[in-house]
This record gives sequence, structure tokens and C-alpha cells, in this order.
Amino acid sequence: MKLSQAGVGETVVVREIETSDHGLEVRLEHVGFLPGTEVHVERRAPLGDPTVYELRGYRLGLRRESAELVEVEPVTVGGSGR
Amino acid sequence: MTGCHDDGATVLTGDHTTSVAIIGSPNAGKTTLFNNLCGLRAKTANYPGVTVSRREGTAMVPGGEVTLVDLPGTYSLVPVSPDEEIVLEALEGHVEGIEPPDALMVVADATTLERSLLLVSEVLALEHPTALVLTMMDEVAARHGSVDTAALSRALGIPVVGVMGRHGIGLDEVRELLADPTVWSTPVLTPPTSGIERSGWVASVLESAVSNLEVDRRTRRADAVLLHPLWGTLVFLTAMLLVFQAVFTLAAPAMDFLGGLFDSLAGVVDTAVGGTLGSFLGEGIVAGVGGVLVFLPQIALLFLLLALLEKVGYLARASLLADRVMGRFGLEGRSFVAMLSAFACAIPGIMATRTIPSERRRLATMMAAPLMTCSARLPVYTLLIAAFVPQRSVFGPFGTQGLTMFGLYFLGAISGLIYAGILNATALRAPTAPVMMELPPYRMPGFRSVLLYVWDGVWAFMRKAGTVILLVTAALWVLLNVPRVTPPEGLSEPEAASYQMEHSVAGRVGSALEPVFEPLGFNWQINVALIGSLAAREVFVSTLAVTTASQSEEALPDRLQDLTDSNGDKVFTPATVAALLMFFVYALQCLSTVVVLRRESNSRKWPAVAFGSMFAIAYLAALLAHTVVGALT
Repeated sequence: MKLSQAGVGETVVVREIETSDHGLEVRLEHVGFLPGTEVHVERRAPLGDPTVYELRGYRLGLRRESAELVEVEPVTVGGSGR
Repeated sequence: MTGCHDDGATVLTGDHTTSVAIIGSPNAGKTTLFNNLCGLRAKTANYPGVTVSRREGTAMVPGGEVTLVDLPGTYSLVPVSPDEEIVLEALEGHVEGIEPPDALMVVADATTLERSLLLVSEVLALEHPTALVLTMMDEVAARHGSVDTAALSRALGIPVVGVMGRHGIGLDEVRELLADPTVWSTPVLTPPTSGIERSGWVASVLESAVSNLEVDRRTRRADAVLLHPLWGTLVFLTAMLLVFQAVFTLAAPAMDFLGGLFDSLAGVVDTAVGGTLGSFLGEGIVAGVGGVLVFLPQIALLFLLLALLEKVGYLARASLLADRVMGRFGLEGRSFVAMLSAFACAIPGIMATRTIPSERRRLATMMAAPLMTCSARLPVYTLLIAAFVPQRSVFGPFGTQGLTMFGLYFLGAISGLIYAGILNATALRAPTAPVMMELPPYRMPGFRSVLLYVWDGVWAFMRKAGTVILLVTAALWVLLNVPRVTPPEGLSEPEAASYQMEHSVAGRVGSALEPVFEPLGFNWQINVALIGSLAAREVFVSTLAVTTASQSEEALPDRLQDLTDSNGDKVFTPATVAALLMFFVYALQCLSTVVVLRRESNSRKWPAVAFGSMFAIAYLAALLAHTVVGALT
């Protein structure tokens, strides 16, 4: 599933970043979207986009177009410390 | 150049000041630390050929001085754009004319250490002497967590110091550390910089030194309101309206005072020196420079409000809220802040685009900024509306004059957005970057850092506008007053001044331009005032007062209403007034803005495109207005 499809309140784990644009991939990795990273979907902006995600102990607003590039899977039950 | 990199080792000789580069992500408290160490003794310079700037300052340390270089905030050292490449190359000593730093100091927010360790791993891979400074240690304690700096230092293999930014605790330790980077410990192994091993490294380092932080409840509760679909939007609109209002109403008395001060100063200089030189120094230089410095109170107030909103953390939320709308025009949330600044003056607006990481969206924002209704247009709008728009109540407190003014502001803003959208879809080919907006916890802003932010903005405005304005006003005065002619007998003083201006170089150019501007209804008197407005738009008013031989600026509205051409026809018909207003909405008549565009975009192309296209749009819009209003009246 894509990060953009995760609902508000869900916690997911990053599997990989899927894009042919190397620059985009690197930039998303820079802010912490590395394989294995837990990401919590916190809230959508009032107009529905961007979405606020919590990861690696901080919060980041990301547009849907970028969140679509992040492939994630649901966190296994009991695996989330939040 | 020193021989620092012959054998990879740093040689500290007696005449070489140790230099340390400060690296950290945005919001890490890097600039606060830099300011605390260096005070105001800092200078900003650009890396050669790119728009990336760095700040250099001198810090006093035990036993001498150290040069600190504050690099732009970054989440990573791995370069994606050419601009980022140059920072890395400079660190490695590959940039001609820039000495590589002797050591690197990573500044990281202790509350977001997990993210910051990614950057630390990349810095360590450079294999330079490195130290880590953790900021926001007070916040860690407040959130019932702890960071063991000694354990972290062991796990990383480098020195680690914690500071509490606002109280200055830990600064002495940082100074001691900076005194001699040659004794810093180095890691036994370089940490992995890619893949799953890197995540593992970060996790193991964290485990050794950090106890779990509680979530910042205050921030969460505040965001529940401030990012709420209804309340958040209301707060956003109210906050922006208040900023806008404050910039115009609160700054007005100070601006009036400065305006009056420069007017009398110009008069004093004129009389004291006397003759043509006195007129040049007084009416040319002093009044001209004063005409721009008048905007200082407004710009200082704007920067103060933006600094408070930024340091509290609200600007990041405002950007998040505005992002969707701005995205429609190829811009992003942060463009909104820049455009808001441009309502005071395009120059701070253009400078505010520095926070936009995407080169493409930064350029688009920069190019749209001059179309926001800056305060220099206000005197022109006020004059023309007061003289030619009859005041009638439309409904309640809203009258025709106020609505016309609002309409002009709205037209400028929406045109700016559309202009950016068109540029983005056609001419702009710079690479884009994902929109990523970190939402820092809400914090009380430090007095000192707010003050420095305001000072930086005001000083940059004075320096950039000041130098250009000085040259432009001097040149324009010469054009408007040379050659000197002797007016015929029997003319009143205002008539004589008008006669002088008509026969000046600018007057002749204004007359020569009549065929060009005739379709818009502009005669030589208006054309000369338009030439004058190239220094700053509001100069239009004072120049028009001279060319129309008005008794004073106060008498100008009446004078304009009565002004007739040689055939006895009115010069300022409704069609001409409409055309003039349209021209001021669109034309880039401000040479300071052109110069700042040139510097900030680091190209000659974009200021030329902006000047040319906005002039063309202005001409066509004015022609349209003249034709339509002419047909209706």
C-alpha cells in the first residue's frame, strides 16, 4: 500500500520508495523515510492536502504527490510503541 | 590558501585562524547557537555562482578566536541540486577561493535526535574532525526524557555537548571544544550511510543514550485547534489580516514622521548649500533616499511579526494551510509568506523566498512578488482615487473609494498568482523538489533571536535598497534637471519649475514617448512622472506635482482635476485614470526590485523577463482599461 492511502490515526512501516526520479528518492530518504521506519498519519491539512506525518520523533507535512511514492505496510499488532 | 589538505591533516600555524563549519537541519537551533557564539559580528556571503549563502562570524574561545561558518540548513549532505553540491565541495576544499573548514560541528535538536543522527552519519563519513552539539536540552527535560551526552559521545566516538539555547547553558563547553579541534576524538569505524544498516546504526546509538521522550502535549493540543478545518482556517485568516493591518496602520505614524523629517532635511540642505548643487543634494539625494527609507518602519514591523510567528512555530502551520491553494499556481505554502511580505515591499518578499528549497518554486515566487501591491503604490492609488473616484456608499461602511482600493490590491494578488502559474507551466525549467514542511513544536521565541531576525532583514533592505536608490535618485535628478534653462519672465514659481522639467532630458524623453503612451491617454507630464517613478513608485506623486505646476502636493488632486492640454481638453479623463491605475498594478517600475531579483536569482535573464513581461502586461491592461472606460463614459 502507498503512504498516501493510509488513513489518519494509522501507523505504518516504510518498505521502499518507488520512483524513477533519483532526486526525489534521495530527498525523501533525507527526511527519514528509510526502510523499516515507522510512520504515524497524524492529520490532514484543513484543505485535505498536505498530510502531517510523525516519524523519527518529529512531524512533517508532505503532499499527496510525494506520499504516493512511499510504499508502506501496516505495522504488526503490538509492534507500535505509540 | 594554506596547505591544509596536502596530507589530510590540519596544520595549525600561528597565523592561521581555525575555522569550523556548522551543519544542521532547519529548525535545529543552528542560527541561535551561531548568534550566541558570534553575536553581531557576522557577515553573509554567497558561494560563487549559486544562490546558496553562508554566514561567517568570529567566536571568542579560550586562547583566541575561531572562525565559524554557518551553512544553510539541510537534512542531508548528499547533494541533489547544483546548489547543494557546492556546499559539499566547499567542505571538501574543492572550491576555488574558499578555504575548507578545519573541523565540522553538527548541531542537532535533542528532541528529534533520531532524525538528526542520519545527518550525523553522513558528516562522519567525510572523515573530518567532527563534534556534535545538542540543542533544546531544556525541552528534553520538560518532556520527562533524558539524553546522556557522555554515552552518546562513546557510541558515536566524537565529542558531544548539550546546550540550552536561550539560557546560554553549555555555551562555555562549546567554546572550550572549539578552541582546539585537533584533540577531538574520532570514530573507530565510519558509520554506514545507506540501506538498512544505517537505520540499524541509528537505532543502536539511540538506545545507548536516549530515554523515551513523552509527546509534546501542548503542541498536539494547539495543533488540534490551529490545524482544525474550521477553527484553523479562521485563525489563519484572522492572523494574516492582523499582520496586514498592523503593517499599514501601526507603522503609519513613524512613516509620516520620517517622511516629514526627510522633507525638512532636504529643504535645509537645499538652502544651506544653495544653487544647483544644493538642489541636487537636497531635492535629489536626500529626498530621494528618504523616499525609500520612509518604508523602514513598515519593513521592521513586518519582520518583527514574521519573526514572532516563525519562532513560535506558527508560520510552518500557516504554510501547511496555504499549500493546497498555492499548489494550484505552481507555488507552495512557503510562497505565501513571501507574498505576504511583498505587500509591504517586494524586496523583503523576494529575500523571504530563500526558505523555499525547490529552485523552481522559489523562482516562481520571486517573479510573482513584484505584482503584490507594495506600499510604494499606495500614495499613487490614494492620489488618483481621492481625486477621481467619487465617494458613494455602496452598502454599510463600504464606499466606492475603499472598494476601488481593495479591488486594486485583489487584482495585484490574483494576477501575481496567475503570472507564477503561467511561468511555472512554460518558462521555468528548473528542477523541482518535494514539498516538505517540518512542523516544529510550539516554542516561546527568544528575545535575542527575534531581534537579530528583524535586524538582519532591515539591514539587508537598507544595504540593497540604499546603494541602488542612491545611484538611481542621483541619475534621475540629473535627467529631470539638466540642462538648466532660464524660464521666460512672468511665470510663477511652480510654473517655472514645470518649465524647467519640460526642457530637461527627462522632459524631452517624456515628450518623445508621447506617441507610445498616447493610446493610454498619457501626456508628457504623466510620462515624466512615470520616468521618475522608476526610482520608487511613490516618486510619481512628487514628480507629477512639479510637471503639472501644482502649488503643493496637497493641492495636487484639485490641480489634476482641472488640468487641461493645449486644446483645452481635460488630461485626466476617467479613461486615462483607469489606464494609469492599471499601469501601476502591473508595471515593474522599481529598479531596486530589478537589482534584487538579479542578485537573488543569480541571473540576468529573470529580472529582464520580469521587467519586460510586466511592462507589456501593464501596457495592454492600461490600453484595455482606456478603451473600455472611454467607451462607457
